[in-house]
Amino acid sequence: MALISDYLVQGVQMLLVLALAPLVTGVVRKVKARLLRRRGASVWQPYRDLLRLIRKEAVIAENASWLFRAAPYLIFAATWVAASLAPTFASGLMFSWAADLIAIVALLGSARFFQTLAGLDIGTSFGGIGSSREVMIASLAEPALLMVAFTLSLLAHSTQLSSIIEVTQSPAVGLRISLAMVLVSLVLVALAENARIPVDNPATHLELTMVHEAMVLEYSGRHLAMIEFGAALKLLLYMSLIGGIFVPVGMARSGDPWPAYFVGMGAYVAKLGVGAVALGVFETAIAKMRVFRVPEFLGGALMLGFLAILLLFVSRGHL
Amino acid sequence: MSSLDFDVAHLLSGLMVLVCFLMLYQDRLYSLLNTFALHAVVLALAVAWQAYIQAAPHLYVTAAIALLFKGGFIPIALHRLIRRMEIHREVEIVGGVGVTMLFGLALVALSISVMLPVTSSAGTLAREDLAFALSVVLLGLLMMITRRNAVSQVVGFMTLENGLVLAATGAKGMPLVVEISVAFSILIAFIVIGIFLFRIRERFDTVDVSALDTFRGDRQ
Repeated sequence: MALISDYLVQGVQMLLVLALAPLVTGVVRKVKARLLRRRGASVWQPYRDLLRLIRKEAVIAENASWLFRAAPYLIFAATWVAASLAPTFASGLMFSWAADLIAIVALLGSARFFQTLAGLDIGTSFGGIGSSREVMIASLAEPALLMVAFTLSLLAHSTQLSSIIEVTQSPAVGLRISLAMVLVSLVLVALAENARIPVDNPATHLELTMVHEAMVLEYSGRHLAMIEFGAALKLLLYMSLIGGIFVPVGMARSGDPWPAYFVGMGAYVAKLGVGAVALGVFETAIAKMRVFRVPEFLGGALMLGFLAILLLFVSRGHL
Repeated sequence: MSSLDFDVAHLLSGLMVLVCFLMLYQDRLYSLLNTFALHAVVLALAVAWQAYIQAAPHLYVTAAIALLFKGGFIPIALHRLIRRMEIHREVEIVGGVGVTMLFGLALVALSISVMLPVTSSAGTLAREDLAFALSVVLLGLLMMITRRNAVSQVVGFMTLENGLVLAATGAKGMPLVVEISVAFSILIAFIVIGIFLFRIRERFDTVDVSALDTFRGDRQ
């Protein structure tokens, strides 16, 4: 019985992230539109877009290889797995032994690898530009993300998300400047990785500035739907990571009675709502930076992560 | 000492190191001065917290001095100086923010690895305070080395002094007289440097100290 309910909870999480991801994207777009005094599309528009794209015919360039067709599914699958491992409404789930921070970094890394390959596959110049920029950003964002992972694992003595959350949930964690630095670092990395505004603009097709859009320019139909869905899932994944690790309020633990799970789900949806509104406000308030300033931006994230580790070492005498 | 005392002290002195990095990151004079004022405010908070947990009321005076002079008077005076010399639009040459940051990180790592073994007999609080203070001092030195503009060199010097105050308050028992005299010597240094700045500019039409190099006598 316990086994069945464990499977059930894990399955609910997998479906929940799938169901909520387009909604988060829709809310962010709606908030941005309202702040610009536009009416904006309904928050359900991303679902309609995905449905429309799936129904449409996929046009594929003549010289596309099998990789071009396989990449969207691989990207979607890797991101989905990562998102279902992330902390959402309950910790200590069925597959929490696999929910390792480094595993999530690796899953996202492989998704990006296939995306850049697909961008290069057709041989158009846009795809090439997009891929090269994406790799430049990734080569800085990934070390920063690993620094975040190392800091959290130093604190929790484990890289498993469920034990990290146990530590941040307990009152023993206290006031830690390292955690604050890691939070800022993780937010900066999340902005860069999700192609949000200071680094990339998700709503533009201007060749000078686009990174993510340049890589997926050749895609259409169901392939594009998979990639867009993957991007939405990635945004949701980062929001769940930040919300789960740094604001572990209301999360159900394994073995809790059923109502705790519903409370956790409500808290999770509330956290996502706050995250989406904050992202929309932030993106409206800030201007996009030049591509060549991105290394400074992400260098800041890397530095914060490194500094957090150093400060943690200093206070270890007290731990 | 309770855990909260330690955590807040750790937070504040860690923030000082962080604000030092923010200062190294700035490439405009105005934002540099604002960050410096922030540094002084954080210093005042850290010193006040030390005064609270050590129950040493004279440290409150130190904190007030830091807040008044370094958080208020000196940044405002430098702001005026910059406006009068009409260099407030100048974006100064730092020589690569990224490289400076890496150097800064290396310096922090160095000071931690030097300080922790040396002070192993002292209490945890004093140990980490000293480690952070040494890194603030080194970062201030780094700022003086990497900036060419004389105003930001002054800011680097003041940062260094902030580090010294942090070290002195962490290691119990700096007499108030010393602190007051240090504060006044800083003020005098500020005045001297201000006059010096005007002299440089009168002569060379710039506050870029590399202009001085051409007037060195013994060039190899």
